[in-house]
Amino acid sequence: MTSVAIKDTYFSNAFRDRFATANDALGKLRQEAFEWFTQTGFPTVTLEDWKYTNVMPIANVDWRVADHPSDDVSEALGQVREFNFTRNGFTALNQAFAAYRVIRIPKETAGDEPIVLEFAAAAGEAIFPHTIVVAEAGSRATFVEIFASEEAGLTNSATQIFVEDNANLTHFRVQKDADDAFNYGVTEASVGRAACYDATSINLGGTISRHDIEVDFTAEGGEASVDGLYMLNASQHHDTHSIIDHRVPNCTSHQSYKGVLNDTSRGVFNGKVFVREGAHGTDAIQSNKNLLLSNEARVDTKPQLEIFNEDVKCAHGATVGQLEEEELFYLLTRGLPDALARNLLTYGFAEEIINKITIGSIKTELDAAVLNRLNAEI
Amino acid sequence: MLLEVKDLHAGIDGKEILKGLNLQVRKGEVHAIMGPNGSGKSTLSKVLAGHPSYEVISGTVTYDGKNLLELEPDERARDGVFMAFQYPVEVPGVSNSQFLRLAYNEKAKHNGGEELDPLEFNDLLKEKAKIVEMDPQFFKRSVNEGFSGGEKKRNEILQMAVLEPKLAILDETDSGLDIDALRIVAEGVNKLRTKDNAIILVTHYQRLLNYIVPDFVHVLAGGKVVKEGGKELALELEEKGYDWVKAAAK
Ligand SMILES: Nc1ncnc2c1ncn2[C@@H]1O[C@H](COP(=O)(O)OP(=O)(O)O)[C@@H](O)[C@H]1O
Ligand SMILES: [Mg+2]
Repeated sequence: MTSVAIKDTYFSNAFRDRFATANDALGKLRQEAFEWFTQTGFPTVTLEDWKYTNVMPIANVDWRVADHPSDDVSEALGQVREFNFTRNGFTALNQAFAAYRVIRIPKETAGDEPIVLEFAAAAGEAIFPHTIVVAEAGSRATFVEIFASEEAGLTNSATQIFVEDNANLTHFRVQKDADDAFNYGVTEASVGRAACYDATSINLGGTISRHDIEVDFTAEGGEASVDGLYMLNASQHHDTHSIIDHRVPNCTSHQSYKGVLNDTSRGVFNGKVFVREGAHGTDAIQSNKNLLLSNEARVDTKPQLEIFNEDVKCAHGATVGQLEEEELFYLLTRGLPDALARNLLTYGFAEEIINKITIGSIKTELDAAVLNRLNAEI
Repeated sequence: MLLEVKDLHAGIDGKEILKGLNLQVRKGEVHAIMGPNGSGKSTLSKVLAGHPSYEVISGTVTYDGKNLLELEPDERARDGVFMAFQYPVEVPGVSNSQFLRLAYNEKAKHNGGEELDPLEFNDLLKEKAKIVEMDPQFFKRSVNEGFSGGEKKRNEILQMAVLEPKLAILDETDSGLDIDALRIVAEGVNKLRTKDNAIILVTHYQRLLNYIVPDFVHVLAGGKVVKEGGKELALELEEKGYDWVKAAAK
């Protein structure tokens, strides 16, 4: 066994030291992924999927790779192999350096307590959490990921979700990194027969952040809610790219993403819903609503439905706008001063997504974070 | 005099709708404003509440000794003007109790009253909700979102109960209510009636006035008051319909 040839490029020393000579199946996979990254590099704005998100500020840093322990994945190699590391340079890097966590919710069990993982990167440090959650048949659980870097680190995460037949998984993803941190994350979810996946992604932090989420229905009768909020201030940039793939009949997907953009912040939403040939009885709704609180804020939104089938119920739409005048007037007539009324409406707009978070302590914290963003006391 | 409207001309989008309207309301009085659809009833309500889309062309409105037209809508509200909307607005993501507590505290702050924390306010809200027989489960729900037509109207009167306005303008609060809901809402309004406040009931139909008996009835047509009288005028309208009023307006 020879080690992978490593060009003298980003991360190469760290990779050489840790994984370049590993001989086991996982090691080989890491080498393959790192080789791919070395060839491909970070995504650039010349790629259609990255045209609004320039990651040069990430690529330009000589990151120190964190040395975090990894779970033994020998029992989960099948799942690891399903990860699409060639999605982009970030996913390849993640596969190369992944610190794995494997969570199994046993068959026909219901976890009372949510499973909560929290991640933080220190200044100058890159972390590569890779979490595999398998909700076995008939199980029910809530899984929470919190990204909370307090310094200018890079989080490059991957989350693979397997909701097996008749299982029910609620997934909260909260990204509240420091304003100078970077965050890339991908969620890949597969939803089995009559299974239910309910995802909510809250994006508040980071200077440049991106979340890719892909939900694939693998058997009939699956249901997925794929909701999210990005609330941006100053010159923050957030990008969500989502793919919901209806390959099989009679599945339901509902997606609602909202953006609140202030100052010179920039948001990107790109949502593809595929309804493949044969996926009859599909019910897919997608919406992306954005509130611009400043003239200099900007959002590029592109909801896309691609339907290769007739017997389906689909709707999608996007809005970009200011507060509703009639709602504002209503609050004014109850005596709320203009600034408070505007804040309350903005808060309400965001709360529609945040209200999905059913864990009291996290919800309370998010409420406070939203108010803090608005500089408001409500 | 609590409210004095003199020769008011007002409109929207360059179209004149109110064409010389006069109205005088004293404390302790209940006035009914009746009139056919399109006669300008909601326009009057919105002009009094200060809706930014409506322009006042000429005339004066004096409220409690002040020029009402100079005040912003929120200032009017804190000074005691309240309008119950014909079509109450849904405010997603904002809970009824949160919204009402903010409104209550803003008014309290303005009038030198005591601001309430969420627990104290909840107690107050529970008491007030009894007035319109409203289930406390509505407190936590988003303002008017998913409420039935009747529930929205009840919610308007709940807001009135909490804010205790000096002048309440109820724009078609009876429309869309079944007979039981109408009775509850009307009884609620009666409980809120005092010698220190005044109520303007805007309605198309007479039936509300069986429950809330007005001191004066004004008939509006073509943007003007074309007939005025006591409560018996409402009955006359019920009998004869609005056609003769419309004819009078021409
Ligand atoms: N935005 C608008 N632009 C032009 N005309 C309007 C507008 N809103 C209302 N109107 C007209 O003003 C008139 C009075 O309306 P309104 O005050 O709602 O009457 P009412 O409440 O008595 O039924 C109607 O003829 C209506 O069509
Ligand atoms: Mg009307």
